[in-house]
Amino acid sequence: MLRLIGRRLLAAIPNVIGIVIVTFILTRALPGDPAAFYAGPAATQEAVEQVRAKLGLDQPLWAQFVDYVGDLAQGDLGLSVSTGQQVLDEILRRLPASLELTLLALLVACAVALPLGIVAATRPGSWIDHACRLITTLGVSLPIFFTGLLLAYLFYYLLGIAPPPVGRLDSMFAPPPHLTGFYLVDSLAAGDVALFIAAGKQMILPVLTLAIFVLAPIARMTRAGMLGVLSSDFIRTARASGLSSSTVLYRYAFRNAMLPVVTTMGMVFSFMLGSNVVIEKVFAWPGIGSFAVDALVQSDYAPVQGFVLVMALLFVAINLMIDILYTVIDPRVSIDD
Amino acid sequence: MDTRVPLLSVESLGVEFRTRGGIVHALEDISFSVGKGETVGIVGESGSGQSVLFYAVLGILDAAGRITGGRAVFGGLDLVRASAPELEEIRGREAAMIFQNPRVALNPIRKVGHQIEDVLARHTSTPSADLRRRAIEALASVRIPDPERRYHAYPFELSGGLCQRIMIAIALACTPSLLVADEPTTGLDVTTQAAVMDLIGELARQRNMATVLITHDLGLAAEHCDRIVVMHAGHVVETAPTAELFAHPRHPYTARLIATTPHAGSDLRSLAAIPGYLPDLRRSDLPACRFSERCERAEPACGERPLARLDAGGVHSVACRSPL
Repeated sequence: MLRLIGRRLLAAIPNVIGIVIVTFILTRALPGDPAAFYAGPAATQEAVEQVRAKLGLDQPLWAQFVDYVGDLAQGDLGLSVSTGQQVLDEILRRLPASLELTLLALLVACAVALPLGIVAATRPGSWIDHACRLITTLGVSLPIFFTGLLLAYLFYYLLGIAPPPVGRLDSMFAPPPHLTGFYLVDSLAAGDVALFIAAGKQMILPVLTLAIFVLAPIARMTRAGMLGVLSSDFIRTARASGLSSSTVLYRYAFRNAMLPVVTTMGMVFSFMLGSNVVIEKVFAWPGIGSFAVDALVQSDYAPVQGFVLVMALLFVAINLMIDILYTVIDPRVSIDD
Repeated sequence: MDTRVPLLSVESLGVEFRTRGGIVHALEDISFSVGKGETVGIVGESGSGQSVLFYAVLGILDAAGRITGGRAVFGGLDLVRASAPELEEIRGREAAMIFQNPRVALNPIRKVGHQIEDVLARHTSTPSADLRRRAIEALASVRIPDPERRYHAYPFELSGGLCQRIMIAIALACTPSLLVADEPTTGLDVTTQAAVMDLIGELARQRNMATVLITHDLGLAAEHCDRIVVMHAGHVVETAPTAELFAHPRHPYTARLIATTPHAGSDLRSLAAIPGYLPDLRRSDLPACRFSERCERAEPACGERPLARLDAGGVHSVACRSPL
């Protein structure tokens, strides 16, 4: 197991190097001149050149790259020009907001999609199977910003049962003392139930939006996986041995059907991190997605590079977790590997 | 005539499958019996419905299949009318089944020892502390070398022959009175085949367990069975004690089947294929005798219902208008 983890981490190194190079070049290739942007529209040519020199952008590309890598090696992601803050600090402060949203949405999506997929597979052609198909089709065909706006319009503006989409907390509340950065966890740790409820309320709409989006692939995969497994020979053996239908369904079929579902969940989690950029804009969520978009609009290189790098590291970590989960579920994997 | 009360008695059983291509008339008017401790071969070319017959009897037909009528009395209970929980109680405890391709017929991600324990825990009141010991005993009873170590093995770590022994251990864990072996040696090499068949035969004798051997190999059935039921396209065409069947086959299909069975020393050219194919069982105009379209003795009357059944003396019966 440890060897597997070590090998996967080693294999990730070239990926990370590639990502560092590509994000560096991509941000430089973006249209717009940051020096002109920060000098302001009324600035003279001279003033723009001064800003450029201050930002180090008058150096040749390779020198800028060496600079960047040198800083990176010391754990320095650079300074955000627009906010004047350390990019690393900013990302670390905002990451829990995004992760809390994403993880909770994944949990909600699984809680709905797994039973839905299982029931649909055990009764193919029934009304619940058709319902499963309808929900999954809706889930994949509705763009996420549309679902977000629709839910906010419906439940906040029209019905007034959801809190306004103003971020993680209503202005009446102060954030809980920092522990994990997850407000739900931190508020409970502080024993503040009112705060927990307030934070939870704010999460309902964005979590629902994300969950509807990722419910579809998980439910489809669960249904397909279960259908495949339920028609396999070893299920027939289990039934022929008189094992109870719940044992056959869960201990025998579901665990085998989990293999493709776990793979899907890894992909889905990656989609969700990407979709955060949109969701956070719609719900004014102070996560890393909205941070990256703001920086991009302002040609602020360092935060964009930092964001992409952190996302890449998250992907590597998720894939590693999926691989480990695979070896836990399927004894054949560790041997074949 | 056999005067003992049979262990399993199937009468006029019929099975249909609803498919997109129409209704498949898989089994029609199936009758036969299996006595206590008896070994019966169910023989026919692949697709004759032998497996479906026992899926129906044991209540493990898939959702598209439906029993259209008949009875299957096992130990005093009609399995056709039994409830799902009643059938679950019987399967694995009173009547067990093993399958072909043992390597894929076992749960690939569960230790084989645990798979045996699942059955023991389901059907016996073994305290959980004793489950492991009894699972290892079950492994030892099918002559698996080093059972303590194999207990922890996964199916992919074992050979086909060992996997079939595991299947037998699972099936026999609760000492059933009937074992249905569905092509148990298909996919195994010849020496392993012999060892598996000998093991089944020996365990059946020890426990006075009845065995049904489903096979397309008449030679295999001849070697191991007291009595043979010949099936063709969802019909039972002939039933007779093994020696009698080989000496005096009465149904043209049986005679053809015997002629197509290779034996040592026979020339490849002397092997005769049975002309034609199994009829499409989705047809609505199936003749009463489903072999009539492949049969050189067929006469116009063969298509007319009902299917003629002749008592060919003693326990020998044949479903043919013009038997040999």
